[in-house]
Amino acid sequence: MVVKGNTYNLELYKDMYTWQEGDYQVFRTTQWSAPGCHNGCGVLFYVKDGKVEKIEGDPQNGWNCGTLCMRCLDILESMYDENRLKYPMKRAYEDRGKNKWERITWDEAYDIIEEKVRYIQKNYGHESIIAEIGTGRNVWWQVPWGCFAGLQSPNQTGAFLSGDSCYSPRSSILALMSGEYLTSDMSQMLPDRYESKEWVVPECITIWGCNPIMSNGDGYLGHWIVEAMKRGSELVMVDPRINWLSAKAKHWLRLRPGTDAALAMAILNVMIKEKLCDYDFIEKWTYGFDDIAKAVEDMTPARASEICWIPEQDIIDAARFMATAKPMAMHWGVAIDQQPSATPTGQALICIAAVTGQIDNPGGSLVTRSAYNISLFSQEGFEDNITEEQKEKRLGMHKYPMRGTGISAMAHTDVVLESIETDGASNDCEQYPIMMQWMQGCNPIANMAAEAPRVYEAICKVPFNVVVDVVMTPTAMACADLLLPAAMGSERDSIRAWWWPLRAITKITDYYEAHGDEQILLDLVNRLNPSAAPGEEVKDWVNDLLANHSEADFDFDYLKEKVIVWPEWHYYKHEKGLLRWDGEPGFNTPTGKIELRVDWLEANGLSPVPFYEEPHESPYSTPELYKEYPLVLTTGARSYEYFHSEHRNLPSIRAFHPDPLVEVNPETCKELGLEEGDWVWIENQRSRCRQRIKFNPGLDKRVVAAEHGWWFPESDPERLFNVFDSNINNLTTQCDIGKSGYGAAYKCLLCKIYKCTEENSVITPTAQVLDKGGFKYERKRLS
Amino acid sequence: MSANALANQKYGLLIHYDFCTGCHSCEMACKKEYGLEQDQFGIKVAQYGPVQNSEKKWEFFYMPMLTDLCTLCAPRVAEGKLPTCVHHCQAKVMQYGTIDELAEQLKLTPKSALFAPKCNA
Repeated sequence: MVVKGNTYNLELYKDMYTWQEGDYQVFRTTQWSAPGCHNGCGVLFYVKDGKVEKIEGDPQNGWNCGTLCMRCLDILESMYDENRLKYPMKRAYEDRGKNKWERITWDEAYDIIEEKVRYIQKNYGHESIIAEIGTGRNVWWQVPWGCFAGLQSPNQTGAFLSGDSCYSPRSSILALMSGEYLTSDMSQMLPDRYESKEWVVPECITIWGCNPIMSNGDGYLGHWIVEAMKRGSELVMVDPRINWLSAKAKHWLRLRPGTDAALAMAILNVMIKEKLCDYDFIEKWTYGFDDIAKAVEDMTPARASEICWIPEQDIIDAARFMATAKPMAMHWGVAIDQQPSATPTGQALICIAAVTGQIDNPGGSLVTRSAYNISLFSQEGFEDNITEEQKEKRLGMHKYPMRGTGISAMAHTDVVLESIETDGASNDCEQYPIMMQWMQGCNPIANMAAEAPRVYEAICKVPFNVVVDVVMTPTAMACADLLLPAAMGSERDSIRAWWWPLRAITKITDYYEAHGDEQILLDLVNRLNPSAAPGEEVKDWVNDLLANHSEADFDFDYLKEKVIVWPEWHYYKHEKGLLRWDGEPGFNTPTGKIELRVDWLEANGLSPVPFYEEPHESPYSTPELYKEYPLVLTTGARSYEYFHSEHRNLPSIRAFHPDPLVEVNPETCKELGLEEGDWVWIENQRSRCRQRIKFNPGLDKRVVAAEHGWWFPESDPERLFNVFDSNINNLTTQCDIGKSGYGAAYKCLLCKIYKCTEENSVITPTAQVLDKGGFKYERKRLS
Repeated sequence: MSANALANQKYGLLIHYDFCTGCHSCEMACKKEYGLEQDQFGIKVAQYGPVQNSEKKWEFFYMPMLTDLCTLCAPRVAEGKLPTCVHHCQAKVMQYGTIDELAEQLKLTPKSALFAPKCNA
């Protein structure tokens, strides 16, 4: 019996762009950031007198099917927060860190930017300006374009996310092995969704390294999985923590954080040894199976059991179920990326999907592209705007050959950091200093920057910084010279194509002088390099994208009226000749097959097959450190309330989750004399931060899980909203990444915890950073 | 409340709590629809677990409960809409209807609960 909820009254919830309902004008559109998340849900904005008065989920939208999460339901608190940025502001360089802002006009702001940019371009080179973005927000196809076309710099990058540890590790290895992205199939490609005749309910959904119902990562709505579970799907859940999904899983594999490659190789070992693979698929569509068999031969379940802290039989049982369940959908998350062995782990996981033959089949792992092949997602689509000479100056391109594979046109985050720190002396290309940061939709020192105090120093070292955001953030307070107010979802025209279907984002209301991210970048390009601008309005830009960079045969006005448009979907594209440039069957790889063994990696000094590498700081690789810091630390688990560092300023959300939480096994707490709710210091050889204990009896007693993204908007702006006090990234490190250039240890470090007392809390981490010159330890350097 | 009084109530919510993910959407939707204070709830999600029942079996579930502030969204229902918690529930585990029809469904749906809130008395 599947409870589907009631049917919506479609006389009230119409299939059109706008209508009148009582006193309200109802607008049907898509909400993407800001405020942020990775999704683009269908929403109805109810507007009166130019102001949004309420929001509802759009029942006519097959993406979210009428539902909404608590953050969207609370969107009015975001939109009409008194502390939202209303006007462009400037601050004198010597007043950085002080709350001394002067309101200016947009024209004045653009004048300042134009003058600075042209000065830097002339005296240091275009490449001396870097553009930074945050994850999953509605800036991440726009900023690369603005960087290339406007600033004409090759250096757009994720804001100090060490090892590019979000999606880039997975997408780069996917590109090499399969030529494509893979996404688990919960019917999201078909307009009739779960009722579609073509779709098959997965018998097994393997969820690896994410809690999708909370994280909703990578253009994917996690609750789709719950619909599949209601229809009979069973889960293999690979996660160090018990959570709602792991408690319901048929097989929960509670691995030691950072040992995913060993587990994945052991699962392959079982599948191959017990001959459970799909040999027909392997024969027809893969390359290098024998090499994989050899590579995993020694990773027996017994060996992986010791490495991963999982019972041997659990690994065997899960492997058998994953191999024999048809279809089996693989869903993998950011935890794969946030360990130094991100690339080999990705290699092993793609091998699992391929040797079980679960590729582009209904209910399996789909070969996924943006709707109408619109070139928004892969940023190299915009690279025509910079010269070949400029591309050669992109930081990290020479040090890490995987970056040149065409899947990412981003400068390498750790190389950027070292470049700032050394005034360009450490560059892996021509030497040049970083003179300006353009930071849009990112808040690195509160959120994604590993070793946040180190990054704080770096961002303050850059001579000129422009920050574009919706509220005053610790990052803006620390380093911005110009602060530009960004519009929110219903205050901007835009487009959503990550992944499928294509959706319109429509400007319905205004907020003071806030401008949409697209408009700001378009203005920038019109100022700096007008010949590259497709027009002056966002609509011109979107129409140019639709006409010249996609297979769509309609314009923005059409899309706006329709709100959501589904292209025709095809399963088994590799069999039908729908993937390759030459129209032949197969995949977009040199061999035309999924390359289980990647010769290109070997030619570039990397392992062509998966291997296991112990985390760099762990009970086994650093036993001396482990004596002092006897707990394995994993960070960044998501909650329903927050998207990374956002939403802390909203009273209705904050009431549900007022404080930062570290999950610890109650028995560990008992041994340490700690109670649930206690404030504790979490500390390692680099630094410390404080969070509150939350019991999790399902965690291994040797593992703790701390939250990220915490700052305190209610506190003093000139203390940077106490951003370092509870910042778990005081403990993480930069420049200790995988050999491929991908993957940093956000998920696998060591720490100790102890109770906060008055005596041991005299100097807070924020005070240590702002008043005492930071924490003293040896900083790591890229090898 | 006597069994008789319960039988006379007309409408309620069936909640298939087996698949309630504890996402708080019902709580937030209700708070925003009615402008409730921070400590006020028309519907509140309770939690059991995670608890280990046997070596391999964990139990961890959520249960949304209706409070006396719940009106079953009478104003919305009068307009032809669903109660806002039902409309927005991310796991779609909530069903609005007459007690009679929901009771029939309850028989077929393990790990579910039928709520007849005070507003229906």
